Amino acid sequence: MIMGEYVHSVTLDRDACRGCITCVKRCPTEAIRVRGGKATILKDRCIDCGECIRVCPHHAKRAVTDHLADWERFRYKIALPAPALYGQFNNLDDAEVVLAGLLEMGFDEVYEVAAAAELVSDATRILLSRGLLERPVISSACPAVLRLIRVRFPQLLDNVLPLVAPVELAARMARRQVSRQMGIPPGEIGCIFISPCPAKMTAAKNPLGTAKSDIDLVVSVSEIYPALCSAMKRAREPGEDLVTAGRTGIGWGRSGGEAAATLHERYLAADGIENVIRVLEDMEDEKLHDLDFVELNACSSGCVGGVLNVENPYVAATRLKRLGRYRPVACNHLEDVIPPEAKWDREVDYTPVLRLDKNPLHAMELLEEMGRIEEKLRGLDCGSCGAPSCHALAEDVVRGYASEDSCIYVLQEKLEAVMNAMMIQDLEREREETEL
Amino acid sequence: MSGLHYHYEVPGDDVTRAGEASGAIKSTLKKLGFDPGVVRKVAIAMYEGEINLVIHGGGGVIDVEIDGEKVTMVLEDHGPGIPDVSKAMEEGWSTASDSARSLGFGAGMGLPNMKKNTDEMTVDSTVGVGTKVTMVVKLA
Repeated sequence: MIMGEYVHSVTLDRDACRGCITCVKRCPTEAIRVRGGKATILKDRCIDCGECIRVCPHHAKRAVTDHLADWERFRYKIALPAPALYGQFNNLDDAEVVLAGLLEMGFDEVYEVAAAAELVSDATRILLSRGLLERPVISSACPAVLRLIRVRFPQLLDNVLPLVAPVELAARMARRQVSRQMGIPPGEIGCIFISPCPAKMTAAKNPLGTAKSDIDLVVSVSEIYPALCSAMKRAREPGEDLVTAGRTGIGWGRSGGEAAATLHERYLAADGIENVIRVLEDMEDEKLHDLDFVELNACSSGCVGGVLNVENPYVAATRLKRLGRYRPVACNHLEDVIPPEAKWDREVDYTPVLRLDKNPLHAMELLEEMGRIEEKLRGLDCGSCGAPSCHALAEDVVRGYASEDSCIYVLQEKLEAVMNAMMIQDLEREREETEL
Repeated sequence: MSGLHYHYEVPGDDVTRAGEASGAIKSTLKKLGFDPGVVRKVAIAMYEGEINLVIHGGGGVIDVEIDGEKVTMVLEDHGPGIPDVSKAMEEGWSTASDSARSLGFGAGMGLPNMKKNTDEMTVDSTVGVGTKVTMVVKLA
């Protein structure tokens, strides 16, 4: 994977795509157009939420992830299982067997993301108690939400929790620990995230809030699922205590888990990208000023709703609750100091991809032009032109990406005008001929 | 450059629709690439004003003008009017009904919050005739 160049975790299978507008209509940032009969992603608008993968009826949208076979290049392989992974299996009383299964599969070490999540929760509480952040503080753990805020809600960037996501902290701590204890050079250690989420792939290759990610590979839950199931059967007797996370860390896999772990009462947890957008709109209008913390997850039910999972999100969320019940509240703690590797080392800047032009005066002219174009369109938002709405088509036209004739109704009117003109010509010619 | 004009009719009988006009203006300002601080001020001031139109004014009209220097919002209703405008500008003073309060409105922050978020604000109100609020947010 090339670093630096902006990489998205969603790709199109051109043969499978029929050019229907299902994904175009559902994209929360209007980042998809049908061009030449195939869906095209406008790269700088895409936030990697995975909604298009979820809704495509032809399975033409796919997540780009690394594959387990890529682990060959590492001398020492550390599995970083997302808490959501524990919710994929039936009849589990604790996550021990899942972790034993990962070792059985060939991983040399397991470091639970849920354990790092408890440290992020501690760090969050420390930051909240210091009161230096703009309230309500918004969670930064969901990479799609972070990208959404960056392109659409710049006013709220100051409210975002300046901490790395649990998986990033897990990778950093695991690499350091193994390198120190086993004397292995950090570069020969592979930190392999077992992910429910395509946006985590983008976050690992093009991180926000930090210069470089420590995650070497992002492999989907669904890819390792079959091999892990059989490895779990072989590894039926886990000897050691592998589970190091408590109820708090495991709860991070479902919506509300992170917010509850702040131990603040005035919080809100919203999940599903449309609901997230509504909450962010309300925050912009200062309607939620009486809250301390806002947890936002792009997927319904939280990370268990990620498109790379196997199990129904609601079932998985219920299982996480059950798995947490037999665990201590939390098993990993910070001593009032936030380690530097848990903090952002750079700011996340506003990327104004929605603005029409750098120059506001020119943007106003374009907006006026958009208004004139929209008057010609029917306002049916039929999507036949390949844009999600008439408004979006008008915007594409003034940006120079499309022409008014992309609208089948505009085209129809033009054709009718041409046909009428031809008929009149014919009539006139006939008349002239009879007069002669 | 004449500027952009937007006109909104705000119905007085549907509180769930309050916020539609200010939401539309917010997204327009983002398209124009205005400074996030300006967008925030306009969004908050206009949202508060729109809520006032519905809660107190029985609905009304909003006219927004955007030019290269400022955003001007004019909100007008034919409601009961405000008997004492200077009193209404004090934080915490409210005449909202119990039903409005139960929806979370009526904390007495409306007009003060609008003033706080605008560069100029004038309130013309006549009891029994209506209220006209004019707000200006400057771009620089």
